[in-house]
Amino acid sequence: MFTTSIVRAAALSLVLLSSAARAENVLRWASQGDAMTMDSHSQNEGQTRTFAQQVEDALINRKPDLTKVPGLAVSWKLVDPKTWEFKLRAGVKFHDGRAFTADDVVFSFKRALMPTSDLKDLISSVSDIVAVDPLTVRILTKAPDPILLDEITNIFIMSRGWSEEHKVAVPQNYNGGEETYAVRHKNGTGPFKLDLREPDVRTVMVKNPDWWGLKDEPHNIDRIIYTPIKNPATRVAALLSGELDFLLDPPVQDIARIESSGMFKIERAVSPWTIFFGMNSGRVELASSSVKGKNPFADIRVRRAMNMAIDVNSITQRIMRGFAQPAGNLVPPGVHGYDKSIDTHLAFDADGAKKLLAEAGYPNGFDVRLDCPNDRYLNDEPICQAAVGMLARIGVKATLDLKPRTLHFPKVQTKQTDFYMYGWGTDTTDAHNHLYFLAAPESVSNATQYTDKTLFDLINAMAVEIDPAKRDLLIKDASTRLRDAYSYIPLYHPEIAWATRKGVTVPITLDNLPHFAYARFGN
Amino acid sequence: MARHLLRRLIQAAAVMILAALVAFLLFNYVGDPVSNMLGQEASRESREALRDQLGLNDSFIVQFARFAGHAVEGDFGISYRLQRPVAALIVERLPATVELVLASALFAVVLGVGLGIFTAIRRESWISRVILAVSLVGVSLPTFVIGIGLIYLFAVTLGWLPSFGRGDVVAVGWWSTGLVTASGLKALILPAVTLGLFQMTFILRLVRAEMLDVLGADFIRTARAMGLTERMINMKYALKNAGLPVITIIGLKLGELIAFSIVTETVFQWPGMGLLFIQAVSFADIPIMAAYLFMVAFVFVAINLIVDLLYVALDPRLRGRAA
Repeated sequence: MFTTSIVRAAALSLVLLSSAARAENVLRWASQGDAMTMDSHSQNEGQTRTFAQQVEDALINRKPDLTKVPGLAVSWKLVDPKTWEFKLRAGVKFHDGRAFTADDVVFSFKRALMPTSDLKDLISSVSDIVAVDPLTVRILTKAPDPILLDEITNIFIMSRGWSEEHKVAVPQNYNGGEETYAVRHKNGTGPFKLDLREPDVRTVMVKNPDWWGLKDEPHNIDRIIYTPIKNPATRVAALLSGELDFLLDPPVQDIARIESSGMFKIERAVSPWTIFFGMNSGRVELASSSVKGKNPFADIRVRRAMNMAIDVNSITQRIMRGFAQPAGNLVPPGVHGYDKSIDTHLAFDADGAKKLLAEAGYPNGFDVRLDCPNDRYLNDEPICQAAVGMLARIGVKATLDLKPRTLHFPKVQTKQTDFYMYGWGTDTTDAHNHLYFLAAPESVSNATQYTDKTLFDLINAMAVEIDPAKRDLLIKDASTRLRDAYSYIPLYHPEIAWATRKGVTVPITLDNLPHFAYARFGN
Repeated sequence: MARHLLRRLIQAAAVMILAALVAFLLFNYVGDPVSNMLGQEASRESREALRDQLGLNDSFIVQFARFAGHAVEGDFGISYRLQRPVAALIVERLPATVELVLASALFAVVLGVGLGIFTAIRRESWISRVILAVSLVGVSLPTFVIGIGLIYLFAVTLGWLPSFGRGDVVAVGWWSTGLVTASGLKALILPAVTLGLFQMTFILRLVRAEMLDVLGADFIRTARAMGLTERMINMKYALKNAGLPVITIIGLKLGELIAFSIVTETVFQWPGMGLLFIQAVSFADIPIMAAYLFMVAFVFVAINLIVDLLYVALDPRLRGRAA
């Protein structure tokens, strides 16, 4: 009796489900990990921003190709070198019905600048923001900031009234001991409304029929269901069994299989990232080497030889299975200031490298420890193993120290490493971000300790140069200079690959954060 | 009796404190959560400020005392990864793990005992040989491989069952159950079989061995000589005698199911405590790890305490010594 009623209930729910699926376009998607919070100022992290850009708008939004388009601001102009003025979109309403005004913009920027915000360092050039009238705001910067417009695409606008009502006027403070309302709730002006948030289980968003952008992007997605699936094999199985329409991160070894099923299409693009090794040339002597009294990496011939010893083509072809582009420069494609002519790795030449090492006084090579993460970048572990083998051919005996990211990154950030793997991707799509964080002495992400005053001057100059032509020259000079110092060994720019069910289109975004307002059901 | 109980309780508390201390010592080796909690652009000052805010710069003793003080009040702090109170997260995830463990225990016991009896009675039949051969697979293959194999067969190839998740759940008070919806029951099958397979084969082989042992005993021969039916002999006399050690073992194995559920929950994206824990480990989410280990220690200490007290209640000799 009981079983028959279950069977009947199952049959009934199947019928209901399939008819519901016909009635509305439901996009089911998955990726490896969930967003940490729905509070977009509290975290500067990929998945958190993915949800933000479905539900919220910034003053300036980005299209899938990362070009800037008007968001909540319809136009903007430079009033003086340190002041930008934005005209705001009229008649916009938040999902809870509150009207959007300049006051919300002022509130959101001040919130993003608070000590518990994770975006404060990204917009640290902002000194103040003021509302001129209900539809005009001005952003004041400490110094001229040529990439302010890029930086503020990360600042999503929240409602002051909603935030104050729910006591979330300040981003999460871990000392508070409580969950803030904004961890699981979101109130934006964007194309989708947050309907259900169960962290690690599922997140449901529904179409916002009143979205201001609907006339330009008349998407037909009624509902989006996101499920994080940690295990890669399960993710692929869920896609192949038809339980998903879109998979953000299919493992590269399964892509051929997914394509061969004939039910899915794979879209790929080179992402604005560079994966590289760094050599610490600033130390008096390397902590992990038996060479005492001097630092082999302080000699440019050694650094050059190390670059020549690494065969980046075989890394991209064999280990990355073609899902990566060999790199010769740290500034990746898709970023303003990228120059293909300087993005070529030194030709692989083990004999030449050996000769250079001998000239530098290391005819028999030297030993050093290579610090690598084993859970951060795709195939990080095999790539480091391959590099150890390649370096052995020129006599450099690298011992590999593989650690989870929670142990690896602190080593780099405190500069307690001689030789390390690292990667850098962009949040601003401008070369300054890469050059500053990878070459500035004060940056936590630069453990090379390579010093070159001219280079730092160039980087500081491009941060405040408003003239685009002059600035592009500064970028070119700086990136060439950094490349020719060989303080890094650029490896590759990883490719991203998205799998979608045929009949659904999700345009690939270079920053790997999907934008569902641009997705479509049907052809 | 009262004095014995008191002594056991003090011992249990000491074990708990020790478990928490060891867990805390281990956290020195999981690394720095701050690099996961802040974006790549965060400055050195921001990182230091967060570390201060979390109390990670305090000495080990201070950190442990703070943890223990709050834990006694049931407050395990805020998860670094999910920004939510750990106690609430655990309460939320508990039902998923409990339902999974109970379902796989049911599967393991029913099928294990049933097939164990069958293979003991029909020792020579080819079906028994097949069952025993297949059961070897259950013992030797890792849970992970079994799970993925079942997913590819039943979800991808046949399309009968979902490959991940818990289906629709219904809230009954604070408890969320997947046992009353069709999709919840369907979603439970594969994870429960995956988790229970090892225990099932273990019970099968144990029951079979015990049955074979008992079937050769003198009293069975006597029963047979007295003309009782085979059915009566097998089910009433043999099984009853073979059952005692089996029940003890099954009780102990329940604890193992909770431990193994970490792997199964990861494979099936089952939103239970095991998945919560494994994600906490890769993030260095210390509050969740501490609470989970504390809780597992509590479960084992509680089981042991109950077993001890039961022994005392059942065995007059122990009672005498305690008094």
